[in-house]
Parts: sequence; C-alpha cells; structure tokens
Amino acid sequence: MKKKEVRVMQDLLGSNRKIADTLRTEFSARGTLIINLVSSPGAGKTTLLEYLADQLTPKYKMAVIEGDIETERDADRIRAKGIPAWQIMTGGACHLEAKMIGKLYTEIPTDLDFLFIENVGNLVCTAGFDLGENIRLVLLSTPEGDDKPKKYPNIFVTSQCLIISKVDLVPPLSFDIAYAQKEALEINPKLKIFTTSAQTGAGIDELVDYLIDSLQALRKNHA
Amino acid sequence: MHELSLIANLFEIMEKEARGKKAKKITRVRLQVGLFSGVVSDLLKTAFDIYKEDTMASESQLEIEEIPLKIRCQDCGTEVIKDDFVFICSKCGSHNLQTLSGTELFLEKMDLLI
Repeated sequence: MKKKEVRVMQDLLGSNRKIADTLRTEFSARGTLIINLVSSPGAGKTTLLEYLADQLTPKYKMAVIEGDIETERDADRIRAKGIPAWQIMTGGACHLEAKMIGKLYTEIPTDLDFLFIENVGNLVCTAGFDLGENIRLVLLSTPEGDDKPKKYPNIFVTSQCLIISKVDLVPPLSFDIAYAQKEALEINPKLKIFTTSAQTGAGIDELVDYLIDSLQALRKNHA
Repeated sequence: MHELSLIANLFEIMEKEARGKKAKKITRVRLQVGLFSGVVSDLLKTAFDIYKEDTMASESQLEIEEIPLKIRCQDCGTEVIKDDFVFICSKCGSHNLQTLSGTELFLEKMDLLI
C-alpha cells in the first residue's frame, strides 16, 4: 500500500445547504414564505405562533412544522387553532436539519402563504443549519437577560428578525430593552427588531405587517 | 452538541472520496474550521474519535486549522481580523461589511493508503 495525500475542499454543511436551497427555490416559486423560529426553550415560540394564527387566518393560509426532542404537544396546540401542523421529534438531536423538512415536502399544501418552522429550543446548534427559510426569526425573552446577543452571537448574526418577547415582564426583571437592541445591532446592524407581549398583545400587529410585507416582496421577486 | 451531526457529514464525504480512489485506509484528516463557524474544535475532535471506531479511518489523526474571522469594509476598504463579533467598521463606522473568512467548515485534505 502506498500513501497518497488528496485535496478535497468540501463543505461539511454542503449537503444541508443544497437541500435548503432547493426547498427555498421550490417554496418561493409557489409563493410560500418560510420562517424559521429559533430561541432557547420557553421563550414563547409556540405562543407567538398561536397569536399569529389568530391574526393571519383566515385571510392568509399558514402551516407549522414543529421541532422538539420529544412529544406532539406543540403540534397539538397549533392544530387546536385549526392550523395544519407536523411534529418532527428529533429523538435527542439539538436542531432541525433541511433533510427533515424535505421529508415532509410532499405533505405540505401547495397554496400556503406562510410556512413556519419552529426549531428545537436551542440558541447554539440551530445557527449552523439553513432550513430553506426566507426569514430566520430569533426570539429573546426578557427572563433570559438583556446580555444574550453577544453571548450567543452566531444565531443573532444569521437571523433577519429579532423579537424581544415577554416585555410585560420588563419592570420586575430590570431588562433593558435599549441595551439589548444596541447589543444585537452591533453584531447584526441589519436586524429588524420587534418587542412583543402575549399578555398584552403589544407588538403583534407590527410583526404581522412585517410578515405580510415580506410575503409580498417574495411574490414580487418571483412574479 | 451539533458537532456529532457535522462529523457524520464529514465521514460521508471522506468515505465517498476514499472509495472513489479505491483506498484501503484513511490515515490523516485535515479540517479548516472558522472561528465564527459556531463549532468548537475540541468537541469536533471528541466527536471524530467516537465516530471513527470501526471505520476505514479508525487509526486516523484529525488535524484542525482554525481560521480567524476576517472582514472587509465595502465603503472604506479596511480589512481587519476580528476577535469580537462587532460588525461595524472600526475605521469609518460603516455597517456595510463583507465576511472574507472565519465561517469555514471544510474537509481540506486527507491522507489515504491505496
């Protein structure tokens, strides 16, 4: 046997990116906007989706893919709103990958306006995996603290939209919204930021307008 | 701990390349890992050592070249190597920056026994 050095230069995330690009192309051609929701566990992703279901339907058609390590709980909450939902149980994996979304491709209605993907609750591992989304939306809830953007920079750098959730808890927690916004914008100056509360409904209308504008922009680009 | 998923992808690429060259064994593997790739080199090494058991790379060594985060300002042309993640040009304050390196996750090369 003889030894030979071979140069490869292949991206470890190349296969994921290829599937994600295909998904984005296919869904964009259908006029469906894909939003990948990421956050740590308990930041309010599912609650936000329940609110969006009330606001967007029946005028707009939406569906949800739920990613969790175990249980159908989140998908059941979405189905209770009359919204089609699929639960991906990762069985321990800390993030969703594009191939998991690809497996559901044929089941997803072709006339959707919005496809939301609720990722596994994790601010670290989800950052590296493109799921074919048009918008990566990261939630930061006030109990997590206003210093998180620079502690977990990858997820904030790769997102287009930041929601600071549970702002009704700002007074008891001394969460500094301006500081969190400043920190987030320093690492990602293009980030679109909203502040929301599921208790008061604050900020939801602005977010809905942003999603509808993004959908219209997508359709204009693919007209 | 998404390093194990990445190592699984790495082995798919490695084994396909090695089979294509009709290799018997893989003895050395070299990765390029950007410091802003979101991956921890030590965890990659641990995941690699777990995964390589009973594969054609079971006796291989993993080497990692870490690549610094380098950005270029599109407005004033300044290029800097960053040790923080503040994406604002330190010279002119512009937000219009291009990442030149630091996000890599590449299998660069490997040694095969053929």
